[in-house]
Amino acid sequence: MIKAEQKPVDELISYLEPYNKILLSGCGACVTVCHSGGEKEVALLASCLKMARNNRGKNLEIIEMTPARQCEPEFALELAEIITGVDAVLSLSCGVGVQTLARNFNTTVIIPGVNTVFMGETIAHGIWEERCQACGNCILEKTGGVCPIARCAKQLLNGPCGGSSQGKCEIKRETDCAWQLIYDRLKSLGQLAKLSEMIPAKNWGTESRDKGPRKIIREDLTI
Amino acid sequence: MKAGSNLEKVLSAGHFALTSELGPPKGNDIGVIRKKVDFLRGNVDAVNVTDNQTAIVRMSSIAACSFVIQMGMEPVMQMVCRDRNRIAMQSDIFGASALGIHNIVCLTGDHHMFGNQVNAKNVHDLDSVQLIDMVRNMRDNHTLLGGEDKIEGDINMFIGGAANPFADPFEFRALRAAKKAAAGMDFIQTQCIYDMNRFREWMRMMRDLGVHEKVHILAGITPMKSAGMARYMAKNVSGIIIPDALIDRMAKAQKGADEGIKICVEQIQELREIEGVHGIHLMAIEWEHMVGRIAEEAGLLPRPQVA
Repeated sequence: MIKAEQKPVDELISYLEPYNKILLSGCGACVTVCHSGGEKEVALLASCLKMARNNRGKNLEIIEMTPARQCEPEFALELAEIITGVDAVLSLSCGVGVQTLARNFNTTVIIPGVNTVFMGETIAHGIWEERCQACGNCILEKTGGVCPIARCAKQLLNGPCGGSSQGKCEIKRETDCAWQLIYDRLKSLGQLAKLSEMIPAKNWGTESRDKGPRKIIREDLTI
Repeated sequence: MKAGSNLEKVLSAGHFALTSELGPPKGNDIGVIRKKVDFLRGNVDAVNVTDNQTAIVRMSSIAACSFVIQMGMEPVMQMVCRDRNRIAMQSDIFGASALGIHNIVCLTGDHHMFGNQVNAKNVHDLDSVQLIDMVRNMRDNHTLLGGEDKIEGDINMFIGGAANPFADPFEFRALRAAKKAAAGMDFIQTQCIYDMNRFREWMRMMRDLGVHEKVHILAGITPMKSAGMARYMAKNVSGIIIPDALIDRMAKAQKGADEGIKICVEQIQELREIEGVHGIHLMAIEWEHMVGRIAEEAGLLPRPQVA
């Protein structure tokens, strides 16, 4: 799922300076799972922001809401009525949800309350790690189910660089070398021969910088 | 001949080659290049000109190579995948070739977090294996990557790559070199060798795969200047293994620098005896003035003249 981290309160307070009444909107999906923008975090942050503003001698009125999925217009539109009565929206959803609100409420300021960081998995309680960069052209079949695009600091497609030492990456001693993981995995699958095949220059043309924002159109589902 | 460079001629004629390294200036002072070239000219067959090594911004390798040629030496242009995409790389290879550069070493590139532009966005559009494949294709098929467009002119490049027998997973290291050989690599320069046993083991794996018959292997060495430098490298540089015995020997020596050179000369003699090693890549970092002495003491002078 998408992982995000709350922005520092000082940063948020600076964005909220001109406003007296805001909607603090969480999201019931990914950011709830990673504890950065669910109902609980909305409540905590609301108290925190009110106190911070009080310390500056100014009140801040905050309405709290957490739609099930802010990135789906049908849920985002549930906020319509409240939005007409506030000066701005502080959204704790990922960058997608922020843009869903911006697209649907074109005269309202929508402020991001989190930094959207990556798509990843839960390693342990409170620990998440990046796993996918949505390159649009999955090569996990060739790499034993370990992605070098998301997990190698140089995105190498044909084996480890010279900085792989005792299973770790040279850039950080606690970071696993993706290619060591790939090697170990292919070895245990009896597929080491795959490492001898060259993966050719990748078609990166699946990224937004190359063809504009990516779009999926399913004719069978469109109305 | 694939490229007709001096390095290719020396290796093709069966001579034991010697290359060295030159880091361009951190600015436009070509006096830095001249000084290093003056130490190296005549003592080595060609000199690698690094491409923003350790991600420290320096004069571009291509420009520095061009000055090296003007100063009467043959350069080996290093090119890393970190800073350019395939458009810029192919364009630079056109330019390099036109400037008379006929050796290239295709590298991944040190990670930019080790350099002085840590907030940069690294590129890695291609990896080093794909870069080798691309240059070979430009040279042998006169075509651009993925295209049918014919290149105007001939891209005569003798293609090199790196190998690090001291990085992990060790069992994959020879396979990776074989992959580069299959992609079109003509010669290899290895990471600095201090652990001779591990290097011998890697060479055995290379011979088992037959890589030593497809590419010329130049064994990389770096003379140690002091016990402190040896300890620092052993501890901090990933992918370098320095046996304790060598560090002890440096520590006990009265003059560390002389001992470092003595060790280096012994290493050259030892490496020369290993089947499949066709030369030495001597990386005397900011110690270019010692290259002549080391080459002399190792019996590698004068350098062969091949027509």
